[in-house]
Amino acid sequence: MAESTVVKKGRASFKIRVEPRLNEPPAWYPAAVSFGALIVALILGGILISLAGGDPIRSYLHIAKASFGDSGVLSDTIVKATPIILAALACSVAFRMKLWNIGAEGQFIMGAFGASAIVLAPVLPAETPRIIFIPVMMMAGMAAGALWGFIPGYLKAKFNVNEIISTLMLNYVAVAWVNFWIFGVWTEGGFQMSPKFPATASLPRLLEYAEAFPILRGLTTHLGLVIGVVAAVILWFIIFRSRWGYEIRLIGDNPHAAQYAGINITQNIIWVMMLSGALAGLGGMSEVAGVVHRLQTAPVAAGYGFTGIIVAWLAKLNPLVIIVASILFGALILAGREIQPSGVPKMIQGIILVCLIASDFLLRYRIVVERGEE
Amino acid sequence: MTKQPSSATEIPLIVEMRGIVKRFPGVLANDHVNFELKRGEIHGLLGENGAGKSTLMNVLAGLYRQEAGTILVKGEPKVFSSPRDAIKSGIGMVHQHFMLVPSQTVTENILLGLDEPRFIMRLPDYDSKIAELGERFGLKVDPRAKIWQLSVGEQQRVEILKMLYRGVDVLIMDEPTAVLAPQEIEGLFITLRAMIAQGKSVIFISHKLQEVSAIADRVSVLRKGVATASGVASKGVSRQELARLMVGRDVIFALDKKPGKPGDVVLDVRDIYAENDKGLPALRGLSLNVRAGEIVGVAGVAGNGQSELSQVISGMRECKQGQVLLGGDTVSNRTTLFGIQHGMAYVPEDRTHVGSAPNLSITDNVIMKQYRKPPILKNGLLDMKAATKLATELKQAYDIVVPNVSTPVRLLSGGNLQRVILAREISGLPSFMVAVQPTRGLDVGAIEGVHRLLLTQREAGAAVLLVSEELEELLSLSDRVYVIYEGKIMGEVMVEGREQDEALVDTIGQMMTGTPLDQIQNEGVAAHG
Repeated sequence: MAESTVVKKGRASFKIRVEPRLNEPPAWYPAAVSFGALIVALILGGILISLAGGDPIRSYLHIAKASFGDSGVLSDTIVKATPIILAALACSVAFRMKLWNIGAEGQFIMGAFGASAIVLAPVLPAETPRIIFIPVMMMAGMAAGALWGFIPGYLKAKFNVNEIISTLMLNYVAVAWVNFWIFGVWTEGGFQMSPKFPATASLPRLLEYAEAFPILRGLTTHLGLVIGVVAAVILWFIIFRSRWGYEIRLIGDNPHAAQYAGINITQNIIWVMMLSGALAGLGGMSEVAGVVHRLQTAPVAAGYGFTGIIVAWLAKLNPLVIIVASILFGALILAGREIQPSGVPKMIQGIILVCLIASDFLLRYRIVVERGEE
Repeated sequence: MTKQPSSATEIPLIVEMRGIVKRFPGVLANDHVNFELKRGEIHGLLGENGAGKSTLMNVLAGLYRQEAGTILVKGEPKVFSSPRDAIKSGIGMVHQHFMLVPSQTVTENILLGLDEPRFIMRLPDYDSKIAELGERFGLKVDPRAKIWQLSVGEQQRVEILKMLYRGVDVLIMDEPTAVLAPQEIEGLFITLRAMIAQGKSVIFISHKLQEVSAIADRVSVLRKGVATASGVASKGVSRQELARLMVGRDVIFALDKKPGKPGDVVLDVRDIYAENDKGLPALRGLSLNVRAGEIVGVAGVAGNGQSELSQVISGMRECKQGQVLLGGDTVSNRTTLFGIQHGMAYVPEDRTHVGSAPNLSITDNVIMKQYRKPPILKNGLLDMKAATKLATELKQAYDIVVPNVSTPVRLLSGGNLQRVILAREISGLPSFMVAVQPTRGLDVGAIEGVHRLLLTQREAGAAVLLVSEELEELLSLSDRVYVIYEGKIMGEVMVEGREQDEALVDTIGQMMTGTPLDQIQNEGVAAHG
C-alpha cells in the first residue's frame, strides 16, 4: 500500500510516496545502498561521539590510521579479521536457510577445543611435522564445531526445538566445557590456560619468513587468512553452483516449495547446521593455532561468533563479500582498542547493523517524490 | 465526467461515484470511473479478476481513499476515512473473506465493535433481536451458535446480518457466490430480493455472467480499471455482449477438443482416508482413477477435500488408509521425490506459497524438479548455462512476459507465474499431472492459454487430474468428472458431447451438495454416466 506524506511549502507542494519495487534494481544498486548505509552509520556514530565530547573526525581518522596506517597495523587488522571471516561464513550458510544459528560463538570455542585436544591429549606427539599436525587439527576443529552444530540441528529437525534458544544456550555450555579442561586437566601450573603449543602445532606466520624477506618482519598474519579465503570461495561454489546449495537456497526462500520439489528439509537442517558449526570450528582452530597458541577461554571466546552475525548480514550472506566486511570489522575491533577498551567501537558496530537492516527497505521499495498537482 | 443530474421523475440515486481514480504501484486500478446506484435495485458489477471491481467498492466502503473523484450519498458529497464512516452513511460491505471470530457466537460477532451493550452483556435480548432481523430478510441462522459450527453459507448470512444490524441501506457483496453451493446461491438470491423489497439497495460484485444476469436489475462493467458499461438494464443486454464488455473481445466458449482416446489406467486412487491440517477427517474412503490421454475433472465446492486429495497424491500429506498407485507403483506415503521421479507433475493450488520460490529467479524456479539430473546437473555441480538456456527456451515457448530469466518470480503477474509453473511441470514430460485450480485468479487470455496447455497434455497421452471449482472449465476440458463432497466421491459422469447439457449441470450441482448419483438416478432424474 502506498503511504504518502504531503509537504506544503509556500506554493510548491510535493508528495513523497513509498512504493514496492516492481522491477529488479540494477546490479550495482544493493552494493551502493549498503555503502550508503555504512556512511549514514558513521555519521550517526560521529554525532554520538561528539555528544560524548569527542571529535568524530579525529576519532575516525585515528581509527583509519590505527588499522590501515602501515603494514604492521594492516597485518594486525587481517589477524583480527581472520576468525571473523570464518565465523561469518558459518552464520551466512545457516541464515541462508533461515536457520538462526547464533551459536557460532560456541561452535568456534568447541573448534578451538577440538584442535587443542590434538596437541594436549596428546593425539599427536609434539615432534609431528607441521604438514600433518595442522590438517589433523583442522579436521578436529571442524568435527568439534560440526558436533556443536549437529545438536541444535538435530533437535530442530526432529523435535522442532527453537534453534535460537538452543544455539544460544550451547554457547555457555561450550565456555564451561573449555573452562573445565583448562582449569582441571590441562592447566599450566594452576593458571587458567593450557601449556603453550609446540611450534609444529601452530599455523605459519609471515614473520617466520622475515630472514628471506625483511619486509615481513613483525607481521603476524598467519595461514588462517588463506584458510578463510579458500573456505569463502568453496562456500560460494556450494551455495551458488552446487545441487546442495540450490536446495539450501530453495528451502531458505520457501520451505513449502522445497518440500513440493521433493527436498528433504529435516535432513538439510541437520547438514546445514553441521556445515555451519564446522566453519565456525575451523575459525576456532585457526585462532588457537595461529594467534593464541594455547587453549585459553578469554582470547578465544572474544565474541567473534557474534560479530560474525553482523558481518554475515553486512555482506548480505554473500561469502565473497564477507571477506571484505570482515576486514572492515577487524579494523573496527583493532582501532577500538586504541580508542577505548569498549563502548564506542561496539556502539559503531551496532549502529552499522541497524542501518544495514534498515537499508534493506530501499531494495524492496522505492521512494517517489511527486511535484506539482495534488 | 459530464453527467446530467437525474430528473425528478426517476428513482432517486442513493449513491453516485464520479470520476474515481485509484492507483496502486504499477497499476491504475480505477481510471475515472463513474458509478450510480438507485434506491431499491440490485446492481451487478461485472469484471474480470483485477478489473478494479473490488477496488472501486473498497473506496465506496471506506477502506481505500480515492486519489481523485467524489462520492455522493443521497446527493451529499461524502469523504470516508474508514469503513465506520461509510457505515454511518448507510453503506456496508460483505467481503469475500469473512471477518468473524470463530470461537464467539453469532450475536457476539454482530455486536462486536458497536457501542452497545455498554456494561452489562444482556445477550439474550440481543439474540431475539437478531433472530427477528434474520427472519425479516430470510436469513435463517441461530444467534447462539458459535461461528465455527456454521457452514460457509451461514457465516455469510452472519456477515450480512452484521451490516443490516448496523442499519445500512446499501449492501455491497464482493463475489458472494464464490464460496457457495448452487442451492445456497438460490437462498442468497432470495435474501437479496427480500432486501430490495424493503427499500435497501445491493451492489453485487461478480465475474460470473450468468449470475449477474439472473439477479441484477442493472449492470455496470469494468475492464482494466475503466467502466465499459454503466447502469445498463440487464434485461436488454445479452450475455455475449456483457462478456465482450468484460474482456474486450469474444470469449471462446468452446475449446477445440479432439475426441478422447483413453489408454491404460495411470493413476489409481483406492479407498483413501486422510486428515486435514486440523486433524479432522478430510478424505473418507475416496476412490478414482485416471487413464492415459484423458482429463478427469474433480468438481466440488471448495473445502470438500480437494486440496487434501492432491496433497496425498503428490506425497505431501499422509494417507491414513488405502493407497494411491501411479503406473502400478504405490506413491502414497512415499516421499514427494518418489512421485517426481516416477513422472508425476503437480500444479499446486497455491502458486506463491507452494508452487514457487518468490525471491529466486525464473531460472531457479524452472529447474526445481530437474536439477537432480543432466543436463542441469553436471559433474555434481549445477550447470547454470544449461539452466539459463532451459529457462530461456521455456520463456519463449510458454510466452512468459519478462525482460529476462534472472527476474525473481515475485515480480511476475499471476498469469505469468502460472505459465512458469506449468512450463516447469510440463517440460518434465510427465505421465500424470494433477492440476488444482490452475486458472484461479487469471484473466481470460491466460485462462485460455492454460486450457490449451492442459489439452495438449491430454493429446500427448498424459493422464490429467483437474481439480476445479469452475464447472464450465471442468465441462469444457474433462472427459469424465467426479464430484467430491465431504471427502467422498458422490458420483462420476461422462462429459463427452454433453458440454452444454443443462441436466448434466443439474446432476453435478446436486452431487456437489451431497446427494449421491445413485439416489438422483433412483428419483428418476435423467442422468446416466
